[in-house]
Amino acid sequence: MMQEGLDDGPDFLSEEDRGPRAVNVDLQTDATLQVDISDALSERDKVKFTVHTKSTLPNFKQNEFSVVRQHEEFIWLHDSFVENEEYAGYIIPPAPPRPDFDASREKLQKLGEGEGSMTKEEFTKMKQELEAEYLAIFKKTVAMHEVFLCRVAAHPVLRKDMNFHVFLEYNQDLSVRGKNKREKMEDFFKNVVKSADGVLVAGVKDVDDFFEHEKTFLLEYHNRVKDASSKSDRMIRSHKSAADDINRIASTLYTLGTQDSTDVCKFFLKVSELFEKTRKIEARVAADEDLKLADLLKYYLRESQAAKDLLYRRGRALVDYENANKALDKARAKNKDVLQAETSQQVCCQKFEKISESAKQELIDFKTRRVAAFRKNLVELAELELKHAKGNLQLLQSCVGVLKGDT
Amino acid sequence: MNAYIAYKVSTRTTLPMFKNRTFSVWRRFSDFLGLYEKLSVKHSLNGCIIPPPPEKSIVGMTKVKVGKEDSSSADFVETRRAALERYLQRVVCHPSLLQDPDVREFLERDELPRAVGTHTLSGAGFLKMINRASDAVSKMTVKISDSDAWFDNKLQEVESEELQLRKLHAVVESLVNHRKELCGNTAVFAKSMAMLGNSEDNTALSRALSQLAEVEDKMETLHQEQAASDFFILAELLADYIRLLGAVRGCFEQRMKTWQRWQEAQSTLQKKREVEAKLLWANKPDKLQQAKEEITEWEGKVTQYERDFDRISVTVRKEFLRFEKEKSKDFKSQIVKYLESLLQSQQRLVKFWEAFLPEAKAIG
Repeated sequence: MMQEGLDDGPDFLSEEDRGPRAVNVDLQTDATLQVDISDALSERDKVKFTVHTKSTLPNFKQNEFSVVRQHEEFIWLHDSFVENEEYAGYIIPPAPPRPDFDASREKLQKLGEGEGSMTKEEFTKMKQELEAEYLAIFKKTVAMHEVFLCRVAAHPVLRKDMNFHVFLEYNQDLSVRGKNKREKMEDFFKNVVKSADGVLVAGVKDVDDFFEHEKTFLLEYHNRVKDASSKSDRMIRSHKSAADDINRIASTLYTLGTQDSTDVCKFFLKVSELFEKTRKIEARVAADEDLKLADLLKYYLRESQAAKDLLYRRGRALVDYENANKALDKARAKNKDVLQAETSQQVCCQKFEKISESAKQELIDFKTRRVAAFRKNLVELAELELKHAKGNLQLLQSCVGVLKGDT
Repeated sequence: MNAYIAYKVSTRTTLPMFKNRTFSVWRRFSDFLGLYEKLSVKHSLNGCIIPPPPEKSIVGMTKVKVGKEDSSSADFVETRRAALERYLQRVVCHPSLLQDPDVREFLERDELPRAVGTHTLSGAGFLKMINRASDAVSKMTVKISDSDAWFDNKLQEVESEELQLRKLHAVVESLVNHRKELCGNTAVFAKSMAMLGNSEDNTALSRALSQLAEVEDKMETLHQEQAASDFFILAELLADYIRLLGAVRGCFEQRMKTWQRWQEAQSTLQKKREVEAKLLWANKPDKLQQAKEEITEWEGKVTQYERDFDRISVTVRKEFLRFEKEKSKDFKSQIVKYLESLLQSQQRLVKFWEAFLPEAKAIG
């Protein structure tokens, strides 16, 4: 019953959340094309994002316009980039993860079931907690979808993509259905083939030092980011659990404090109040660690995978080029189908060189972006941790002062 | 297995009843239980609130005896040591108990005769044994007199407080566990951050990530210390008072038992008087004599039991008020101590992040 109330609610974004949001990626804001998610609505099973565009480009009918998009349509756009041979030489911005409210919904449901076994205050408190959690997940998914669009809009080539423009402008449903079972199976097998292929391709030693170094680097980096990401999640979860416990301690102390009006009861009430405040700060600390650290690591997990994919495509093109060379030599030796072999070899050569050229720049940009993003987030993390620790400190100092003064 | 742990009990005093000013003895856990038994036998019938000793924990003890060298067994010994110390301090704080020769002997005598019958009995178990009969009594809700309303209210307060403290204790234990979990997860995360820093090929970022790993390492220590505070200061305080409130309830039950004994004596006296009246009619002189003697005996008992009841009521009331004062002091001082430990943690946190911030800003 509660679920319905939450799902069909109005949009959750407050005024402060609109406008260019803090993103994981340090991007140049370009007046010629600015994209953001100005609004979002959570309904039963899906989230509806309002994609807002401001542009001076002639391609668009207006200078400013909005459309409503769902997650599947973002995936469609991402996949269309991946499948486009023209973009083989670029790092395709990673697709945003699917909005996942399952855990939160489950918790809300459990709360509803356990309503009878707790006091009214406890129930209201827990409900507020869970609603705040739901809201936090919601904001995150909005941010991740926005980052994807911003990355595309900032990319000199991808921003010109036809599908992207349709995505931004066409104000009807794109009629993109999610992949059906068969297509998902096809994807699965494609990935298996790709990994096997990837191993073969990776084995080919690259003549170019730059790419050889990048290959080694990315492989190790990707694995370590993956590890750090999962460990950070676990750490933050424990932190949230501890904050929840402090919340319950505050409630029980409050109950103890209201039993009577003795000295010790007044004492309990003051301490309960303190714990209420400190646990809010603790919860904020966990949330900020989540945003600035865990999300950063998750994002670079996806980005480093996209970079690996680029290297794979280049490796594939290199193998094709080398094979075409061998085929040409053979054809010349037999003097059979030489023209065909020559054309094929030229095509492969051009493809390989095209990819190599843009890939080099893309990888350099990736590094620059990565360093900038880490800097921004680590600085913000440190500043927030400091702010919260100082806040906690002040609360504790003033409370201890009062309590000691009373006795 | 004959190995056991001995605890050193050191006393410093200016009281004339002791032979020396400072002295130490070695006692084992069963000695503490033995002391409690002796005190209970002597004083609980008077309505004294006897501080209960810490619980036996068979699992913990076996681990230590087998010589398992890990942090959990060291923890266990420390937990027990601290609990025994608090137990003794409560005993000597009690004005009547301090005067008891058994207490003096416990603190002073070099060799204490082995306490028997305690090897399977815990403090709580013994308390239950003493108060077994009173369990039936406490179910009665008979109002004794006007002043009994006070006792009724206080008993209710004690029961509801015990409930809340149990709840609070359970949550604090949950907090301790989550903090220990956080501690472990932070250590693991710190390592993975250090690894990430190693693979990062931008020098400044690599250094910053290593520094972050160090900060997280320091946080791990912080969490560990915090969990210890949560446990030793808060959880143990609550556990002590849950046991103490049980002892307080025992006291109230003792009073009820005394009242019931008085009531029963009164009804017996009444019956004897009725017998006497019947015998007067039946004219049986020797039986009449016996009846008169019994009446005198029971009149004496009634007077005695009434006096006992009045006395125990006074004692229980006094004990309870003293207990409340001690409890208030205890909670305030321990909770303030706990908050101060939290304060210190935050201060250190501030230092860690202040040191890291310039490192983060130096990236790029």
